[in-house]
Amino acid sequence: MDTTIVLSLIQDGLVNGAIYALLAVALVLVFAVTRVILIPQGEFVAMAALTYAQVQQGVVPGTAALLVALGGSAFLLDLARGGWRSPRALVQRASIDLVLPVTLFAAARWLAPLQPGPAFAIALTFLLVMPMGPFLYRIAFAPLADASILTLLIAAVGVHLALTVLGLAFFGPEGMRADPLVDGSIELGGTVIQAQQIVVVGASLALMAGLYWFFERTLVGKSLRAVAVNRTGARLVGIPIAASGETAFALAAGIGAVSGILIAPVTMLYYDSGFLIGLKGFVAAIIGGLSSYPIAVSGAIGVGLVQAFAAFWTSTFMEVVVFSLVIPVLLLRSLRSSAVEEE
Amino acid sequence: MKQSRSRCRAAKLVSTLTKMAGACDDRHGATKAREKPGAKVRLLEPGRFAMLRISATTFIALAALAAAGAPASADMKVGITISATGPGAALGTPEMKTVPVLPSEIAGQKVQYFPLDDASDATKSATNVRKFVTEDKVDVLMGSTLTFTTLPLIDIAAESKTPLLATTAGSVLVDPVDEKRKWVFKVVPNDRIGALALARYMAKQGIKTVGFLAFNDAYGEAWTKEVNKAFPDNGMKIVASETYARTDTSTTAQTLKLIAANPDAIFIAASGTPATVPARELREHGYKGPMFQTHGVASPAFIQAGGKDVEGTVISAEPFVVASQLPDDSPFKKVGLDYVAKYKEVNGTPPAIFGAHLVDGMSIVAAAMPEALKKGAPGTEAFRVALRDAMEQVKGLYLNNGLLTMTPTDHCGYQESSALIMKVENGAFKLIQ
Repeated sequence: MDTTIVLSLIQDGLVNGAIYALLAVALVLVFAVTRVILIPQGEFVAMAALTYAQVQQGVVPGTAALLVALGGSAFLLDLARGGWRSPRALVQRASIDLVLPVTLFAAARWLAPLQPGPAFAIALTFLLVMPMGPFLYRIAFAPLADASILTLLIAAVGVHLALTVLGLAFFGPEGMRADPLVDGSIELGGTVIQAQQIVVVGASLALMAGLYWFFERTLVGKSLRAVAVNRTGARLVGIPIAASGETAFALAAGIGAVSGILIAPVTMLYYDSGFLIGLKGFVAAIIGGLSSYPIAVSGAIGVGLVQAFAAFWTSTFMEVVVFSLVIPVLLLRSLRSSAVEEE
Repeated sequence: MKQSRSRCRAAKLVSTLTKMAGACDDRHGATKAREKPGAKVRLLEPGRFAMLRISATTFIALAALAAAGAPASADMKVGITISATGPGAALGTPEMKTVPVLPSEIAGQKVQYFPLDDASDATKSATNVRKFVTEDKVDVLMGSTLTFTTLPLIDIAAESKTPLLATTAGSVLVDPVDEKRKWVFKVVPNDRIGALALARYMAKQGIKTVGFLAFNDAYGEAWTKEVNKAFPDNGMKIVASETYARTDTSTTAQTLKLIAANPDAIFIAASGTPATVPARELREHGYKGPMFQTHGVASPAFIQAGGKDVEGTVISAEPFVVASQLPDDSPFKKVGLDYVAKYKEVNGTPPAIFGAHLVDGMSIVAAAMPEALKKGAPGTEAFRVALRDAMEQVKGLYLNNGLLTMTPTDHCGYQESSALIMKVENGAFKLIQ
């Protein structure tokens, strides 16, 4: 094992770690605000990557139709559950639930075959995947908002399974890979760095900085933090809990969409790739105790690096090594906190 | 498959009584069956007038059938379980799409197909097959897509005395041929044939050391076993042996280790598009030597996904893959092109080898049918036993998968010449030996 190999492994670990870090942040965020352990987080990544690859090839992505179906379901379910107080709210909902997905579907239908370029592909992918978060929240989680963490977890597993099957139906069983945003590579200290890898790490850092700004400086971000700290207190001071849940899911899906667009050119992804990626993000989130963003992010980088080196030394047991990381972390945490509170 | 619509409608009516829904497997019927496998046409709801309606329907149906001139004897039934969803979907999907292409008549006997999805789940495949033998009373079983979803079917086939055509590669399914396995016939050649052919070719190219990378599943495991025997037998040494998972987002570490071992060639035992991931990383990390892969990649999707990174890759695979390049007098050519044309007509795209397994399975049945029909009619145990006996005697059959001769001790009797060596050249598999 020489330095070139070590550098290449570190580089590989950092690129994967950057993606796991984004997912860990999304998982911590969603859990803090809604208490949902978002198993389908990885599915957003896979859906975004496959959508991006399809749009790039000039194919109408399967997610376009899926979004229309999700929006329609969310709208009808809300209507069945009692509707809205004012006609104005109804119009507002209809424009988000029905008009937006149909517009995007139409845009995908007519513009995708023309292959207008990478900016269009990125924008369309983002717009198709991000609204899935709030729609899924309203369909599956909002009615259970006050249920126990276990119930919410089971609902999340259900959503994960449903999305995997839908992924197979919409994208087919074969893997896809997108063309890189920037082609080329640079040589640094004896190892070759692909430009796309720099894009992945750079974009991840920028996105995390953006999230930091969002939570520290904006009213919506602060209200999300308030809900995370104390739901009842937040409700008392007038923060709408349901809307916070939707925002958290929108952010999670948006982060998933960005991650998907970033790794689509780096590796080949399948309709069911998302689960394992999400699970590794989850390991990182666990390291952060599902509450600390900085620890989760550094945990994610650690997971990426451990994975790279484990794959080098013992590729057969790579996953075993990565997921075994959770055990000492949990042990340590259980030693430090005296009592476990279950509501 | 080319039944007239009126006859199809007539058969649909009868289906309420004799569950002949499968007989309507024309193009549209089969498409529906794919979306909702095993969906039966139910025209009758249980009710007060059910009996009256049954007799009325019988009368109308019989009249309609008589008008359409359909034979009155029982049809032969084939139950097929396929992993069309789950991890096996890449293989199972082309299989499901092949069902409408299978022959609707063999030796003057109409054939009905009952395709069901087992979701790459061994419990589900067993349930499917139980249903086939108890409810549908099938004469032949076919499936499943993966070795571990096929293993539980052996017991059911033996218990019910129904021949099973296994459409997956695991040699454990028919080796050894014992009291239970004598009911199983494997349509897919053993990995050993492909490993031997490649090992001989590689040795001839002067390759002495090999880096080996395999899937960490049953497929990779089976190939690891064969390669560990075939390569040393041909004077080659495996200097690095690594594994990776189908859904791994990166194989950088494994490829680095292979390159560090500095082998003459690298052999990748993987299937489908995931096989392109290490190929790409090997090239990205500066590996310039030859690459070898298995028949699991012999599909257009592999070349499409791999692009220039898989150019020059050498594989061993079935005659079907290069059917159009074979000389005109090769019997393989006609078999292969026939299937390609029929599949294209139904699905619009060229088929992958996996669907050809079903076609070959039915060809084996067709070869055994005339003998079996002498001993009994479809639907009887005598017929199934006779069919099994006759399948064991099938000789010199040219199939998509190779040249087949079954014997009582070899239920996967492909000749060694069945594995052809081919190379990816200008985005297509080209026969080189």
